[in-house]
Amino acid sequence: MRVRIRWSKQGKIRFCGHRDAARIWERAVRRAELPMAYSQGFTPRPRISFGLALATGQESVAEYLDVDLRATPEELYDWAACMPERLSAVLPDGMAVTDACPLRPGAASLQEAVTSCAWEFALAESDVTSAADWTERVRSADSLPLQRERKGRITTSDVRTAVGDLHILDASAGSVLVAELGTKPRAVRPAEFLRLIAPPLAAGRVRRLHQWIMRDGARYEPLAPEAGVLAPAGDSLAAASIDAVPAAQQEVCA
Amino acid sequence: MRSLWSALEPLLDQVQRPARYIGGEEGARPAAHAPEKVAWLLCYPDSYEVGLPNQGLQILYEILNERPDAVAERAYAPWGDLEVLMRQEDLPLFSVDNHLGAGEFDVLAFNLSSELVYTNVLNLIDLAGVAVRAADRSGDDLLVGAGGHCAFNPEPLADFVDFFVLGDGEEVVGEITEVIAARRSEGRHAVLEALAGVEGVYVPAAYEVTYSGLSAGVTRRWPGVPETVEKRTISSLGDWPYPKRQLVPLTEVVHDRLNVEVFRGCTRGCRFCQAGMITRPVRERPAEQVRTMISEGLRRTGYDEVALTSLSTADFSGIDELVADTVGPADDDAGGAGCPAVTVSLPSLRVDAFTVGLAAELQRARRTGLTFAPEAGSWRLRQVINKLISTDDLDAAVEGAFSQGWRRVKLYFLVGLPTETDEDVLGIATLARRCVELGRRHVRGASVTVSVGGFVPKPQTPFQWFGQNTVAELQRKVALLADDLRGDRGVRLKWHDPEATLVEGLASRGDRRLGVVIEDVWRSGGTFQEWSEHFDYGLWLAAMERQGLSVEDYAYRHRRDTETLPWDHLSAGLHKDFLWQDWQDALAESGLEDCRWTPCYDCGACTGYGIEHVVASAVPPAGGSQGTGQNLLQPEPVPVQLLDRRPLAGVS
Repeated sequence: MRVRIRWSKQGKIRFCGHRDAARIWERAVRRAELPMAYSQGFTPRPRISFGLALATGQESVAEYLDVDLRATPEELYDWAACMPERLSAVLPDGMAVTDACPLRPGAASLQEAVTSCAWEFALAESDVTSAADWTERVRSADSLPLQRERKGRITTSDVRTAVGDLHILDASAGSVLVAELGTKPRAVRPAEFLRLIAPPLAAGRVRRLHQWIMRDGARYEPLAPEAGVLAPAGDSLAAASIDAVPAAQQEVCA
Repeated sequence: MRSLWSALEPLLDQVQRPARYIGGEEGARPAAHAPEKVAWLLCYPDSYEVGLPNQGLQILYEILNERPDAVAERAYAPWGDLEVLMRQEDLPLFSVDNHLGAGEFDVLAFNLSSELVYTNVLNLIDLAGVAVRAADRSGDDLLVGAGGHCAFNPEPLADFVDFFVLGDGEEVVGEITEVIAARRSEGRHAVLEALAGVEGVYVPAAYEVTYSGLSAGVTRRWPGVPETVEKRTISSLGDWPYPKRQLVPLTEVVHDRLNVEVFRGCTRGCRFCQAGMITRPVRERPAEQVRTMISEGLRRTGYDEVALTSLSTADFSGIDELVADTVGPADDDAGGAGCPAVTVSLPSLRVDAFTVGLAAELQRARRTGLTFAPEAGSWRLRQVINKLISTDDLDAAVEGAFSQGWRRVKLYFLVGLPTETDEDVLGIATLARRCVELGRRHVRGASVTVSVGGFVPKPQTPFQWFGQNTVAELQRKVALLADDLRGDRGVRLKWHDPEATLVEGLASRGDRRLGVVIEDVWRSGGTFQEWSEHFDYGLWLAAMERQGLSVEDYAYRHRRDTETLPWDHLSAGLHKDFLWQDWQDALAESGLEDCRWTPCYDCGACTGYGIEHVVASAVPPAGGSQGTGQNLLQPEPVPVQLLDRRPLAGVS
């Protein structure tokens, strides 16, 4: 049975890459003593499915991953409820689990389901005026050709439709540009976005704010019921009493 | 105390693998700084990936931070890309714990595990913001210390380092802390003078070295310093259950697993092995403490692999039971949560102590690589180097591995050993082919990787008088071997660069005059010399020539018994006449048995310090010849002293 987790990665730990984070997660699920399902074969690994990779140096408050547990559907709610506290306690500083929900069997994977991400780009005080101008030029462009290299081949594609809502906000730590960038058929990366129009926009820290699933004109987060997350506790599936929770878990949840 | 993080952070967006500079490892818990405390910056003079797992550094880090009068943080050599930026921005060497500049510390202490890091040591002292030469440092400048295996001949670094520590660091770091705290108000010289009086501490400035021709004479410059500095040895590993909180890095490093030291010291008596000579006697960790450290360590870190470390782990008393218990119950539902079995790796394996039973236990979890080290290709040469493993021993070990499902084993050899002939070298190929043949009886596609290193004679060993093979000779021997193995599909040959072997040899037995060469190479940009992509042989040859020193004198010539060796005033406990006799026995192709299971032959390591082996069993582990050259398949007890078990220090 599968649980979907939302987690954040902020501060110094942003310098850990995707592979580093995967290793940290493997150790964390062991330390949290979750009833993980393991892959078969020569080197069994806890079954964790990571969503879209986050580049080294970027922060995020909207990372997701799915873990497979060896638990009955009834137990799953209790495990999920326990996870934010239990996993955050064993994750390094800067990484924390902010929510976790059981997933319906057969729900689409994160890689398949997510259609866009909202990003925040920190702007230097001196750049705010030119950033506003740059943003306006992107907004009003009819086409946004992007040159990319893959396996030694350079291709150019118009990513106009992948660039969604753009606006500049005054946040507590200074001005930021918020941009929604599509992930299908191929994700527009933050670094690619910044060079869509020359001269490239200078931006400091980059943070992922949301991942969205667009379906039938509506937008859902990957932890919404529409994304395949099972209805919250309180219905018949969650009727299992606290007695069903394994002893080790009760300590933490108590 | 000012954190340099805000200045460092923008640089990290521009460098490779920035995670190695952020600290934050699980288990990293430096104590709070305070003016009255002695602040240590423990530095591994190579990259974070290589340095973080170093157990010696982690042990001292914990011990110092537990003391009320000390605080310790860690530093590693920044990679070249970051170093350029740091120098541009005028940022000093920094700790990864609190990102404090080196200047905020009292002591900059290096772990020296290889000679090829010496130029990095100079570079790091320079990055720390103090003069590279000890004589040019004054007042409150950092005290620069160093320990580790290379400290048994520290003379090439004598001009750059204020004090060296010989032997086990667990006790002496506390004594050094106390001396610094008590004497620092009296000035730098007073501190160093007091340090020179601490057992196991060598202050090079306290000794004058004069040279006449090839020989050196050492006289004491300061009153009251010992004529010979003796190493420190902790008498029981059970008193020191460290690291209690092994650091778990946030990014990939070498040996990324739980490491538990099961014993220290080795008395197998391999004559080429400096580690085995300088770390005597054998001190086993009590088995129940090992078990606690494993179970607590795995639970705390989340690792699924543990390495049982020592110089020869298969010799640990009760190794079979220990491995079986660690891997877990035979049921693959171990722990009830479907966790797979714990992987156990034994990084250094004697073939004569590796049994089918042990192989069977290991393979229940993930099979890690198996490396055996016959070291030499013929029984004759193995008697010379005192690696008394027979062809039968090797056959049994290799067959044990292949019969338990391993498809490849790695064999480690040295070339350039004393008395070696081409026949001995070609014996390596014969042996490798024989292993492949044995393997194919059990698995299709069985293969053997042969890894060949050039032999570097080391100080404080019976081979310290031996003239190292020339680069050309090593290259010839490797070519001979490669030629012989050409077309052998089951054998893969790898070798260490003979030029790097020479440079290691220069520094290994160098004297104080070599210091200028190291400084010259460093000033010419030669850092990270352990890394093949950075190693620059030309820099070393040019520096030797500029400084008027001869490679022949330092590396290639045989030393005489009348010669004063540069490290003669430093002692690992071994009597020089014992080492000389062992050298003569080597030339006579005569082996020497392991004194753990046979009566004492008074090498000096136990008797000189009033200590003894601490072993849980007087019986050699099952099977093989156990270094005696005899068949010990039905081992009999042999006379060794079993020390009384004292109460164990706890693991928390």
